[in-house]
Amino acid sequence: MAKSFVHGVALIAASLAFVSVARADELASYKVAGDGIVESLTGAPGDAVRGRALVLARTTTCILCHSGPFPETRFQGDLAPDLTGAGNRWSASQLRLRLVDASRFNAETIMPSYYRNDDLVRVGRNFTGKPILSAAEIEDIVAFLATLRD
Amino acid sequence: MSVWHAIAAAALFAAAPALLAGEIPPDARRSGYSFMGPDTRAMQDDDTSNPGMLFVLDGQSLWTKKSGSAEKACADCHGDARSSMKGVAARYPAFDNALSRPVTLDQRINLCRATHQQASPLPYESRDLLALSAFVAHQSRGVAITAGDDPQAKPFVAQGRDLFMQREGQLNLACTNCHDDNFDKHLAGAPITQGQPTGYPLYRLEWQTLGSLERRLRSCMSGVRAQAYDYGSPELVALELYLMSRARGLPMETPAVRP
Ligand code: HEC
Ligand code: HEC
Repeated sequence: MAKSFVHGVALIAASLAFVSVARADELASYKVAGDGIVESLTGAPGDAVRGRALVLARTTTCILCHSGPFPETRFQGDLAPDLTGAGNRWSASQLRLRLVDASRFNAETIMPSYYRNDDLVRVGRNFTGKPILSAAEIEDIVAFLATLRD
Repeated sequence: MSVWHAIAAAALFAAAPALLAGEIPPDARRSGYSFMGPDTRAMQDDDTSNPGMLFVLDGQSLWTKKSGSAEKACADCHGDARSSMKGVAARYPAFDNALSRPVTLDQRINLCRATHQQASPLPYESRDLLALSAFVAHQSRGVAITAGDDPQAKPFVAQGRDLFMQREGQLNLACTNCHDDNFDKHLAGAPITQGQPTGYPLYRLEWQTLGSLERRLRSCMSGVRAQAYDYGSPELVALELYLMSRARGLPMETPAVRP
């Protein structure tokens, strides 16, 4: 009896933990307008300095494929266009949608959808249910890319 | 054109599977060796500097060592590996009639241990298994790859090809996205090759040891943040078989060296 009570509590605790995890993983909703997302995913503007650091961080994955105006690193990819001048070519709204879901522009693209957690196959245990980047990280990167004007 | 010519041409056409979009035509297939710098090439070319040769030498002594409760060595059944094992690795993974599925060279070694030596299986990536498979595969150095030619293997080659084309993981990338569509380019500055399986097991400088093809495939899967298949799983065997059939005609290089 006492044992099954403990079990019951543990079960409830476990399912509560599960619910809150599931909540934490829910993505902020956003509205696609034309070829972009006009409003910030967080409701606040991003920080371009943090955005630059994020683009350069290997774990963010951008410079695995892209190069850009980053003289301090030799480890840049050439699978994708150079990011120099991205702020001339694209509005913040277009950049935001590109990061959220590049496959909307080109269904065959190799660029991952950074703000998506469904329709994926065999996602690794540590990554299931999570988008690659958080809404705040996307906003920081959008703010940085918008400053890339030549 | 004579009837015979027409039939021969049709047969040839039927024998070569049609390439999917993006697949590399046979005459453009290149080993990872051709993407390396001169230093790494020199290390592979010279047996006295190739660190993989130490494993081959270990494998050579295991070949003649009695093992298991049957008290038999590999050599007791297979004799001189230089003749009996020549060309074998170039045909693996090979279809096993008893199991009705393809098995890798590692699995074949463990099947021999179980049935003929009554010995326990060697764990994947253990030094002894890598040494034995390096020794056996080394006997095929220079032999052209023909794995997957066996008609019974075809459904498994097709399964492997589907897995190669399947996007997976949080980054949602397929093997083909890098190794068919983007070889010769660079991922964070490192060259991307065609992902040819010609040199395994091979010495990877990044690993500082010898490793199997499955280890390499699992790290590509973790790289795209996918759940890697278990060692020896049917999916990894099918992928390995597809990679070998995709490398048809390329010479074996075991033990290769890679950066
Ligand atoms: C696996 C490869 C890959 C990764 C990783 C990647 N991209 Fe891309 N990206 C591409 C490719 C390829 C294109 C070209 C258009 C297309 O295919 O969608 C592109 C296009 C772009 C463009 C438009 C370029 C232009 O000016 O025409 C921007 C901006 C961009 N990416 C930013 C990023 C940022 C920021 C990240 C990281 C958060 C990132 N990308 C990660 C492959 C990648
Ligand atoms: C995002 C890019 C990327 C993806 C996707 C990818 N790989 Fe790789 N792969 C690499 C890189 C980089 C290396 C190391 C350099 C090289 O050998 O190409 C590598 C190495 C390899 C090698 C070793 C080649 C050699 O010469 O030893 C094989 C085989 C291979 N990959 C197969 C695969 C398979 C099968 C998949 C899918 C399950 C896959 N890769 C997915 C980037 C990728």
